[in-house]
Amino acid sequence: MLTEASNFAEGVDLAFKVIFGISLCFLVGITTVMLWFVVKYRRSKHPKAEQIKDNTTLEVTWTLIPLAIALLMFYYGYVAFRPQRDFPKDAMNVTVVSKMWSWSFVYPGDKESDMLVLPVNKPVILNLTSLDVIHSFYVPAFRQKEDCVPGKTNQMWFIPTMAGEYWVLCAEYCGMNHSYMEAKVKVVPQAEYDTWINGLARRAAEPEGLTIIKKNGCNGCHSIDGTKLVSTSFKGIYGKKSIVVTDGKEHSVTVDDAYIKTSIYDPDKDVVKGLPKGVMKSYKGLISDSETAKIIDYFKSIK
Amino acid sequence: MAETIAHSYLENTGKYKGILAWLTTTDHKRIGLMYMYAMMIFFIVGVLLGELMRLELFRPGQQFYNAQTYNGIFTIHGIIMIFTVVIPGLAAVFGNFSMPIMIGAHDVAFPRLNLFSWYLFILGAAIALSSQFLGNGPPDTGWTFYAPYSTQTHTNVVAAVFGAFVLGFSSILTGLNFIVTIHRLRAPGMTFFRMPLFPWSLYATAWIQVLATPIVGITLLMVIAERWLRIGFFDPSLGGDPILYQHLFWIYSHPAVYIMILPAMGVITEIIPTFAQRKVFGYKAIALSSLAIALVGYFVWAHHMYTSGMSITARWVFSLLTFLVAVPSAIKVFNWVTTMYKGSISVKPPFLFALGFIFLFMIGGLTGLSLGSLATDIHVHDTAYVVAHFHYIIFGGVGFAFFAALHYWYPKMYGRMYNFRRANIAFGFLFVGFNLLYFPQFVIGIMGMPRRYFDYLPQFTLGQQISGFGGLLLLIGIILMIANLASKRGAKAPDNPWGGSTLEWTIPSPPPVENFHELPVITGEPYNYE
Repeated sequence: MLTEASNFAEGVDLAFKVIFGISLCFLVGITTVMLWFVVKYRRSKHPKAEQIKDNTTLEVTWTLIPLAIALLMFYYGYVAFRPQRDFPKDAMNVTVVSKMWSWSFVYPGDKESDMLVLPVNKPVILNLTSLDVIHSFYVPAFRQKEDCVPGKTNQMWFIPTMAGEYWVLCAEYCGMNHSYMEAKVKVVPQAEYDTWINGLARRAAEPEGLTIIKKNGCNGCHSIDGTKLVSTSFKGIYGKKSIVVTDGKEHSVTVDDAYIKTSIYDPDKDVVKGLPKGVMKSYKGLISDSETAKIIDYFKSIK
Repeated sequence: MAETIAHSYLENTGKYKGILAWLTTTDHKRIGLMYMYAMMIFFIVGVLLGELMRLELFRPGQQFYNAQTYNGIFTIHGIIMIFTVVIPGLAAVFGNFSMPIMIGAHDVAFPRLNLFSWYLFILGAAIALSSQFLGNGPPDTGWTFYAPYSTQTHTNVVAAVFGAFVLGFSSILTGLNFIVTIHRLRAPGMTFFRMPLFPWSLYATAWIQVLATPIVGITLLMVIAERWLRIGFFDPSLGGDPILYQHLFWIYSHPAVYIMILPAMGVITEIIPTFAQRKVFGYKAIALSSLAIALVGYFVWAHHMYTSGMSITARWVFSLLTFLVAVPSAIKVFNWVTTMYKGSISVKPPFLFALGFIFLFMIGGLTGLSLGSLATDIHVHDTAYVVAHFHYIIFGGVGFAFFAALHYWYPKMYGRMYNFRRANIAFGFLFVGFNLLYFPQFVIGIMGMPRRYFDYLPQFTLGQQISGFGGLLLLIGIILMIANLASKRGAKAPDNPWGGSTLEWTIPSPPPVENFHELPVITGEPYNYE
């Protein structure tokens, strides 16, 4: 079975065992009785059906017993869940930043990492945030999952109880590379954690142009690291020669200030050959001229 | 009475011939068949899309097509299967064909509105499918259209959403029609508690259709307004709230599950007494539990949202209510099994499908309990476990009940029998294929395989491959079943081939246009096998 690597995992698994155990009894019991009736009362052996009257006692019984069992199952699920919402006061805080399609983890002191490293047996609160659409932070080994919703900060907490490396997966569908949106959480002894966090660099101040790009979701289709997404990557785009289609005619352009402005405000005018028309909307009124200038500065910086 | 030999509803007697006679019909029986033919086409398309996904998932990594294509395929698979197959489902086909006869009526209350509903259904489906060919490529949001992804993606979401909106109106009008029909057109002497249980389940369903569907209608329009007019309902960058979308969506879409499953339960409740030749056990409990499910089903929607960041109070209240709605479903299962007790059971294909339904529905229902429970749901929410659970309910439940109903009323519909042995073989493939396809998804879900994943970690490979193999068997089963029923080479069907006790078995197969020459007068409770 799956590793139980957090303080909550055992309680969750107990709730599973209770629910599955009772369910299996019902399934096997009812199926057996049903098949037994079908065989025993088959028409060749039992040609005349007996008409049985309704039995209120029986019906009340089989209403109350499932009701009691349902309440019992509710109770087990509740008891294992309740402490997950009682946040400890002395826990360390890490902010989880999710975006299409990657995770990053911001530690106190504005230190950023693409792997979540945690000291073993220390409670941690994760502040879950999203820069674009809804993602869901899921660590199967911890039995923990909570959505990262843009515009609000959700929280989860747990104590990692076992050193090791575990998968972080995105559980809320978030577009093209949803299934590749993964990271590792590494649980290590305190001393090892201390060394690691001391060596971790502060988050570099983000260039203004990049902030504007993220705010408008440009990076959903245009990567900044050269990856091919829906459209051309921004990496090295400034000064590049490119074949574009204007009113059905192909011609070559150099990506300069003017071309970038046209592409932002009137994206269907010169469409790069091979890309479909009409996919990108105009950002007129959404990105100002001065913001465009900052974007161009940023493009120049990512050769 | 020689002069009153009535024409079968299958013969064309009006001013139109051929297909036009069907497209202009207001006969509830023909409209039922028209729904069935359209849905069969949609169903087959949906099945093939499902098989395409199984093919891609047979091994980790990219096999045949890329991630974006996969996302488009699971989206349209969901849209087709949910909005054009299982939501209209048994109500539109057998509710139309059988219900008016079962309550002793000549037709539904508003026959022309009924035909209009069918046209809305076709129109809505056509709009939804056009999303695949028009605009900027197939929608890639999943059938749930979660905001803000659905209001931001550049794919053709609007067509899919608007199609679902139109389909919703078809559903509302059918519900309205059935409510009025059941209130006003029952045969003389047929009180509510003398009415068979399939019409009872349709009655409960119809109220959900009328009351819940408008909410998803307005929600879908809000998505369109956000996309076109940039009105910030859901997208926080426009000042909206993405969680609002989820509440509005599930306020409809959870009751919608009962729109799908209640008529399925109703059909099973008809089939079991017929093949056991016994009065159904606990008639009133079954009738009222339909209403109880419809009512409590309204108050459990947020169990789809335990991980969305709701308050602890909201989480436990919805969890508790969810467990309460499980009870009436359990009651129905006990009643079905008890109806077999001391019966005289004949295991014909409809009954075999009904047995299959009970087994699969139990697995679907029981695995739903760990989705209602807070701690366990947090782990399996949005994983393959959920995929398995709802396919057990929707395909194992609604689908197998549909097949059961089809084998049950087929002789009445066409006046012909079908080959029982081939029907049983098809059942075998369907049943084994179904379990091989979906059961492994429970296992890999618990192991941590998220849903809607184009690619996966290597430890899930075995489970995915068993599923792939199951998918193949299931496809063979579907082909065998349809081929058997489509051959129409069976013997002429008698009026009452199964020894059923409800009114549709008292009239000729196929029924005459007017159903009854003279309306029957009901003097006692249904399912009288004395």
